[in-house]
Amino acid sequence: MAVIETKNLTYTYPGAAKPSISDVSIKVEKGEFVLITGPSGCGKTTLCRTFNGLIPQFYQGELSGEIEVTGLDAATHPTYEMAKSVGLVFQNPENQLFALSVEKDVAFGLENLGFDRQEMRKRVDWALNRTGIYDLRERSPHEMSGGQQQRVAIAAVLAMQPEIIVLDEPTSFLDPLSAEKIFEVIHDLNQKLGLTVVLVEHRLDLTAKYANHIIIMDQGKVRFDGETRKVLSNEETRLIGVGIPKSTLLYEMLNREGADLNGDTPLSSEELAKILLEAMR
Amino acid sequence: MTLEIEDLHFTYPSGVEALKGVSLTVKNGEFVAIMGQNGAGKTTLVKHFNGLLKPTSGRVTVDDVETTKTSVASLARSVGFVFQNPDHQLFSETVEEEISFALKNFGYDQNAIEERINWAVNLLGLSQYRKTSPFMLSGGERKRVALASVLAWDPQILILDEPTIGQDHQQKENLRQFIIQLQTQGKTIVIVTHDVEFVAECNPRVILMRGGKIVADGEGKEILTTPQLLEESSIVLPQIAQVFTQLASEGLPKNIIDIYEAKRLLLKVLKERQT
Amino acid sequence: MSIFDGLKFRKVYSPIHNLDPRMKFIYVIAVFVAAILFGSIIPLLALFAIQIPFVLMARVQKQWVRSLRGALFLATFIFIVNIASNFFTQGFVLTAANWEDAAAMTLRFVVLVESFSVFFLTTSPDHLGLALEQSHVPYEFSFAFTTAVRFVPVLAEEAQTIMDAQKARGLELEKGNFMKRIRNYIPVLIPLIVSAIRRSLELAEAMESRAWGATKKRTNLYALKLHRGDYALLAIIIALLVLTVYAFFYVPIPTVRGLLGFP
Repeated sequence: MAVIETKNLTYTYPGAAKPSISDVSIKVEKGEFVLITGPSGCGKTTLCRTFNGLIPQFYQGELSGEIEVTGLDAATHPTYEMAKSVGLVFQNPENQLFALSVEKDVAFGLENLGFDRQEMRKRVDWALNRTGIYDLRERSPHEMSGGQQQRVAIAAVLAMQPEIIVLDEPTSFLDPLSAEKIFEVIHDLNQKLGLTVVLVEHRLDLTAKYANHIIIMDQGKVRFDGETRKVLSNEETRLIGVGIPKSTLLYEMLNREGADLNGDTPLSSEELAKILLEAMR
Repeated sequence: MTLEIEDLHFTYPSGVEALKGVSLTVKNGEFVAIMGQNGAGKTTLVKHFNGLLKPTSGRVTVDDVETTKTSVASLARSVGFVFQNPDHQLFSETVEEEISFALKNFGYDQNAIEERINWAVNLLGLSQYRKTSPFMLSGGERKRVALASVLAWDPQILILDEPTIGQDHQQKENLRQFIIQLQTQGKTIVIVTHDVEFVAECNPRVILMRGGKIVADGEGKEILTTPQLLEESSIVLPQIAQVFTQLASEGLPKNIIDIYEAKRLLLKVLKERQT
Repeated sequence: MSIFDGLKFRKVYSPIHNLDPRMKFIYVIAVFVAAILFGSIIPLLALFAIQIPFVLMARVQKQWVRSLRGALFLATFIFIVNIASNFFTQGFVLTAANWEDAAAMTLRFVVLVESFSVFFLTTSPDHLGLALEQSHVPYEFSFAFTTAVRFVPVLAEEAQTIMDAQKARGLELEKGNFMKRIRNYIPVLIPLIVSAIRRSLELAEAMESRAWGATKKRTNLYALKLHRGDYALLAIIIALLVLTVYAFFYVPIPTVRGLLGFP
């Protein structure tokens, strides 16, 4: 069952000369981990803002085509209603936390939706536990690292128990180990709760291994859309200037020079090491 | 032009002790990457190089001039510093004016300013944007304007704070090429970063910091392939190094970070084993 | 930037910090009323003294002394104006009563400063925001308050970074005459404003995405409830007010000069 489906989606920002995304038709199935990537300015950030109606409701501008998210028309359904089924996490952790304590922040959405206190407390504690920050619940944002702040932002959308969580380059301000922790939290939500994940990322080195579906965009258009291994092993993908994981590249280079390695195209060092070990024995 | 740091300690007015005895020499023309997790003291250290911060104790000298004995404005002429976020410095109506800001501060005459602008916009591929507002440009372009506005006065030492943050694959590749180009011109380049893959590709001298101290200083090939050292600094091994760590049982060397070197080595080993 | 560091508050626990902010505010008003009713030194000294246990219990004596020191300048000014006006209107003579009145006026001011500082030193901004939320103040207003508190230190830090970035390009803020110095700040102010606007847009986006404005009946994770301490404070407030009114109407208040035997 598709939880996100767009048909010929085209959008132009107010005052812009040309559309930021054009003719985008994609489908995201329930429970998938989808990676959207592409060079800067390819329209990936714009696309994920259509999923909860921020585009066009908050940004105005001109949208054409169809977009259906969890069975609702995201373009016309108010964003505060969409928020119940789609959670958005943004790039800069600092600018999406507004309360003076962690748990108050996590409760923000539920307060807006008018939840009663008991149910709210239950969900807040659950979201804090799920993201591993229960012990930080009374901290103020100033007392936390960027990685911890970003986990608060994830917990804050998780508390609303959405069906889909969309993350727009959530780790670009973080150090690699904190980034890896964030990806593990997301992976865990996808695996254990069956949450549909849409992740916008440049760094495929760290993320390709989690995704079963990848969409590569360039200049506002979808260029590749399909199973991660297939898309990343495609020669043409490289020409767009996407940072293919080093393990995948090395595997391709070795095979091209006649190494004749077996197995599926690897997406992580673990997978490549396994293939190499087999070949050496 | 040598950069010399001797037993540098620095405590912020708030009482946070950010540097606890750092000694370091950066020679003319060197390419150095300072790595370490947030709060390790990387940015605090490099802010001493152009005198933005003055040592609480210890000495920092640029070409034998102690930074406490001179002003930021005069140090800046030989030490250029490009901040992480271009939006923290762009303020002019056009790219041209943005680039001329520092030149005016340094008292260049009109002809020289014109000449330096031409040089900088060509170097960074910004010629078509000379009269454009920097605020109208994309993130990657703004980053280039910020870089141009510092390179314009041709400082001998260039410090880049987290130059790869928010940059895509192609932009990083362009940056790498650009750094190599500057290096061949004999410039000293210091980058502050935690982007291991970028460092692995550039292969500079790596200085690893933790808790206000230098914990390792040497070739990238050695430091970036020592798992414990990196883990304690919240840094992940570059992917090629990860592969070779897992192949340790096969008697392969562990200190490989370059993909081409990896390919050569693996092809050789695979051919040996397969015959 | 150290003034803004004060806003990077940490949770502090003490019997006084834990009191309901609304009750503490009533206490401030009670002290205010009492201080206005009495114009002589002895009851004002008593008002000053009864607040000291609060300060000690909250362990904020250091900050409290600092805030009193801050009020010193204004206090001195009040004293001098009082003395001077008496001196000039009474034909260049001063009586003991004049000195005592001026001292009382000054003390009244100090008592007011003291009670406000007890309130602000022991009430964290999030507590204050909560009190606003639950006092039928429109939510937009209390949200604006807490967000401002949240972002002032962030912006202060950003201003510092921008100054550093421009100094690294040869900007000398301290150079030139007065007008030139003001102009020197343009390269700092523009990036700061642009960034603040960008920040507020991002914040608005994040708020929208978290169901801002979904219902008129917004709920709250926390409930402010009165605890034993709050009732104790309420008892103190009532006692203070009763005593004040009684003393005001029925007790002849001795003067210092009377006790010391001055005319």
